[in-house]
Amino acid sequence: MAQFEKANGIVDWLDQRLAIRTLGRVLMTEYWIPKNINFLWAMGVVLITLFLLLVVSGIFLLMYYKPDVHQAFDSVNYTIMHEVAYGWLWRHIHGVAASATFLVIYIHMLTAIYYGAYKNGREIIWISGMMLFGMFSAAAFSGYMLPWGQMSYWAAQVITNLFGGVPVIGEALVVWIRGDFAVADATLTRFFMLHVLLLPLVIMLVIVIHFYSLRLPHVSNELGEELDFEAEAEKYKVGNKKESKVVPFWPMFLSKDFYIVSVFMVFFFYLVSFHFNFAMDPINFEPANAMKTPAHIYPEWYFLWSYEILRGFFFDIGPLSASDIGLAAFGFANVAFFLLPLLDKSPIVAPASQRGKFNIWFWVLIADLIILTVYGKLPATGANAWVGFFASMVFIGLFVALPFITKNEKRRGA
Amino acid sequence: MKELKILAVVVFLTAIVYIGVEPYAHSKLHPAVTPADFQFQDLERTGKVGDAARGAETFMMAGCIGCHGLESQGMPFSMDNQSASQSFGVVPPDLSSAGLIYDETFLAALIKNPAKALMVEHKFNEANPHPMTSFYGLGGDLDQEVADIVAYLKSIAPASMSSVEIFDDACLRCHGMKYDNGKLMPTEADAILAYMGTIPPDLSPMIRARSHSFLETFINNPQKHLEGTSMPRVGLTKEAQLQVVDYMESIGDSKKEERERVGLYIMGYFVILSIFAYLWKNKVWREVK
Repeated sequence: MAQFEKANGIVDWLDQRLAIRTLGRVLMTEYWIPKNINFLWAMGVVLITLFLLLVVSGIFLLMYYKPDVHQAFDSVNYTIMHEVAYGWLWRHIHGVAASATFLVIYIHMLTAIYYGAYKNGREIIWISGMMLFGMFSAAAFSGYMLPWGQMSYWAAQVITNLFGGVPVIGEALVVWIRGDFAVADATLTRFFMLHVLLLPLVIMLVIVIHFYSLRLPHVSNELGEELDFEAEAEKYKVGNKKESKVVPFWPMFLSKDFYIVSVFMVFFFYLVSFHFNFAMDPINFEPANAMKTPAHIYPEWYFLWSYEILRGFFFDIGPLSASDIGLAAFGFANVAFFLLPLLDKSPIVAPASQRGKFNIWFWVLIADLIILTVYGKLPATGANAWVGFFASMVFIGLFVALPFITKNEKRRGA
Repeated sequence: MKELKILAVVVFLTAIVYIGVEPYAHSKLHPAVTPADFQFQDLERTGKVGDAARGAETFMMAGCIGCHGLESQGMPFSMDNQSASQSFGVVPPDLSSAGLIYDETFLAALIKNPAKALMVEHKFNEANPHPMTSFYGLGGDLDQEVADIVAYLKSIAPASMSSVEIFDDACLRCHGMKYDNGKLMPTEADAILAYMGTIPPDLSPMIRARSHSFLETFINNPQKHLEGTSMPRVGLTKEAQLQVVDYMESIGDSKKEERERVGLYIMGYFVILSIFAYLWKNKVWREVK
């Protein structure tokens, strides 16, 4: 057993029992981050902040929300929005933070793609990040159902129905997911469970894995430079702080993040208080009505690009029905990003601007995602349907072409 | 400088997505309609000047009080809500304040031809007449008699009404507002279901579901947004309609004022925090830069 001495203060007392000084060194003051990074490297901490806001606001909402088809709508729109002091604030924070989380996830994700931070040792960071994207998507979808408004109900109807396209077991699968033959109370209560218990638990677990997976490969940097972290850390520790190419996580890296998070919060609370309709669809302020289909059913903006791929294939090809092709394309879209480390055959880690054809690939991807997103909301009729079809083909084509594009890549000058 | 360029790219791309999925897409999903017409230009204008005293007699002789109360003149409606619902499909309005809140051109047209003024001719015709019968006159000049009735209604109307009073008068017979202390429509649900083909929605959260501009054009002419709807044109004057929307906002978005005030405080807090965070960041980084 370890030797315990009389402690000379609370820190020392804790240190003897929990090794908090070592812990602090490992996690904070001697966790090294490259110096040449820009504000895009703060998105992880912005996301953690948003997740924290989601958890805290969610806990408050949970105190008044009633997961029952007869009470859900009024518990949200009356009890929380009017009766409970500052209930509206928690709800608006929760709704807007969900949307903002996806905005920042996309920035975070595309930053990683741009700077090549998904390969050469960083594969697990990428894959755990994509798992978080998937889990957050599930959490967003299940959460959207809870107010039991028109869009809650009809989105649940459309999305659960998708599983009917799975061969052989489709129909049984839909009933199994809904817990009933139609979207009903059983559906609401199980998605409530997923939203407030299972998904948050999984998300927290994967966040830990995501952070831990950074430890050995370290955070990437703006130039894709391969740093000798031990040598650079030595320089820093002996006092050559200006010369060293690394800084500690605390306080250097976090001080920058803290500043960026603060600025972001100004924008965030502007959205919460003055500009929230983009995140809290007005249609959902009408109670769910199974007899009245809304004129336009569309998902939240962050699902639009994959939704557009789902409906992009609007004609049958031979024995394949349009909906089956769409579903297959949708499935592809959702795994494509996971496969990025496999599809990128180039060992070069550098900003896309230095990677020739990959640079073109990257900006075409951005343009295609934007087109898919916008057309995902427009009515899929006439020319719109063709735009959706071609944009979906481009998306699939991009991922099929990536191995060929990156195969013989040579690094270019900055 | 480089960071600002990167920020500009991020903001630019985000703005394109935002404009695409919000203002642009919504303009396609809900094409713009012509502005609300508070002159009711589609309705006939006879140019007759009504006489209130004559109108009072005409009003009584025309039999209006068979279906309408005139509470302020000591003539409440004789039926209870249940039998009125069953007889007419919806509880008929008391007309004490009609002269204030409804447009006079609209009122005159309504008395002569309800289905036309209410824009429900797709539902009501000779085979299936509107529960309010057209007024065919007492034998004199029809237009003069109608103008007299309208003049009478205007003469007995109060000078002003609160927003909630106007809502209760103009909307409540078909639409509940349950977030206002459980306020429900007086009409019975099965009766209105048979009459309208659907139970009209409770309007409590409607201000959050529909924009102000939608409500302005919709109440003024429901057919513009929802062709074939059985909701009649309401015929409110511009002022009265604005008050109705105000009331809807006071119930459906009751914390608006608090939200905008608290929002500014929170933003102010983070502005100050950003300044301190920036200074702290610079202080810390001076060591390593």
